[in-house]
Amino acid sequence: MRIHFTRKNLGIPYVLFLLIFVVMPLLVLFYFAFTNGSGEFTLTNLTDFFTNPNTLGTLFYSFAIAATTTFFCLILAYPVAYFLATSKLKARSVIIMLFVLPMWINFSLRITALKEILTLIQGNLAFYPFANSVIGMTYDFLPFMILPIYTAIEKLDPALIEAAKDLGADDKETFLRITLPLSLPGVISGIAMVFLPSMTNYVVLDMLYNSTFIMGSLIGSYFAADNWNGGSMIALILLLIICIFTLLTTTKEEDNKDGGNLL
Amino acid sequence: MKKGYKWVFLSLVLLFLYLPIVVLAIYSFTDSTSIGVIRNFSLQNYINLFTTPELRNMIIGTFVLALVSATIATILGTLGAIGSFYSKQKTSNAISVMNQIPVINADVVTGFSITILLVVVLKVSKDSFIPLLAGHVTLCAPFVYLAVMPKLIQMDSGLYEVALDLGATPARALRQIVFPQILPGVISGFLLSTTLSLDDYFITTYTKPATFDTISTYVVNATKGSQTSTKTALWALATVIFVLVIVVVLAMNIKALRAQDHK
Repeated sequence: MRIHFTRKNLGIPYVLFLLIFVVMPLLVLFYFAFTNGSGEFTLTNLTDFFTNPNTLGTLFYSFAIAATTTFFCLILAYPVAYFLATSKLKARSVIIMLFVLPMWINFSLRITALKEILTLIQGNLAFYPFANSVIGMTYDFLPFMILPIYTAIEKLDPALIEAAKDLGADDKETFLRITLPLSLPGVISGIAMVFLPSMTNYVVLDMLYNSTFIMGSLIGSYFAADNWNGGSMIALILLLIICIFTLLTTTKEEDNKDGGNLL
Repeated sequence: MKKGYKWVFLSLVLLFLYLPIVVLAIYSFTDSTSIGVIRNFSLQNYINLFTTPELRNMIIGTFVLALVSATIATILGTLGAIGSFYSKQKTSNAISVMNQIPVINADVVTGFSITILLVVVLKVSKDSFIPLLAGHVTLCAPFVYLAVMPKLIQMDSGLYEVALDLGATPARALRQIVFPQILPGVISGFLLSTTLSLDDYFITTYTKPATFDTISTYVVNATKGSQTSTKTALWALATVIFVLVIVVVLAMNIKALRAQDHK
């Protein structure tokens, strides 16, 4: 046996990689967020964010866009996932593929296509910036909502539904008391996959001519201005929102089990 | 529940997802410069797409970047998963937590923080492609880790010991016993990495050399500009990618469906 070969040592390159490219950047982000251009400790980046009406407005606008997008994704995705998962069609796995297939097409090309259609319908995209952004985000993220809900409903044991019916529940009651509660983990991971990207994907807004900022746009504008300290603070605030959101949406037993179902 | 409504609803959602791309695809075969104007059949967009050096380089660059980063990510992520799987519980948990950071983090934050560390602090030139490659591998490798880990957990761990008892070296046992069992996870990790890299905008735009573009960054910039021949050549690109994705995804699923039938 060779002396230094152990299976666990195979992980060393990846651990080093994670330390350098994941942990270090976050530490640097912290440092920059709490210092000014000349490297002195300061809280102004933080207080600026919470006292400036523009940045606070951006925070609320991001929440509004993200919440509206999540709402529309949910009311479109749930029925689709439910109808397909409960259908007895043999081809349903191919049909569900049709619904998630767009996520493999480059998003900027898909938004370009959507933009052309919206321009044709509306003449000028400038009239409904909020609505268009929500349509764009919904168009972009809908597959990410459909897939986890479909998986959750499909996994559901049909015996439970039969039992409910045998015990006298009608369709509506069966749905409300069995299917809906048991599909909630899928709904929650769908929400997590739609809500956060809708707060940050400012390119969708840019491409649809919505010039209002969301949280991601702030980072973009600080980046363009080489303001690393201000940008780091925004990134840190976003990271905090992401952490809170993740803690709220991670159900213990579901931990990562669904991580591999994207393909 | 009346069956008809279900299919109407499903069709409407499919229409929402596909109408823009299909319309764009139809117009890519005409000489129109905007959707809605009826003109003549033309292949000029496709000729432009494949003969304009700028477009061709951008497309080749995107795919080379995706394949190189997916390859590095797959090697790192797979070794990381194996190492983590055979480590003590505590070490393994620590690696999994670090691995989870880029997965839940917003791409904007990941891209921005890597840029600060590499470009601002360590002064690595963006023209070296190192920040770009590091960013893409950071985006992809955690998903490889997540795709491989379940396969390691499901694997028959006794086989490895048997191979050692029969005289195989650990390296050989790993290669011939462990690796084939986790291969499906490695492959789906690689495919997922390729798609993630192809689709990425934010990490690319923060870390790329000024003269290099991927499809995403190119399309986003092109929609801001007014060069019509480029704009309509991108319609052709969207069509080509759309058809490619349909062919690949349907082929994979029909194969999977056939395999199911044979069971």
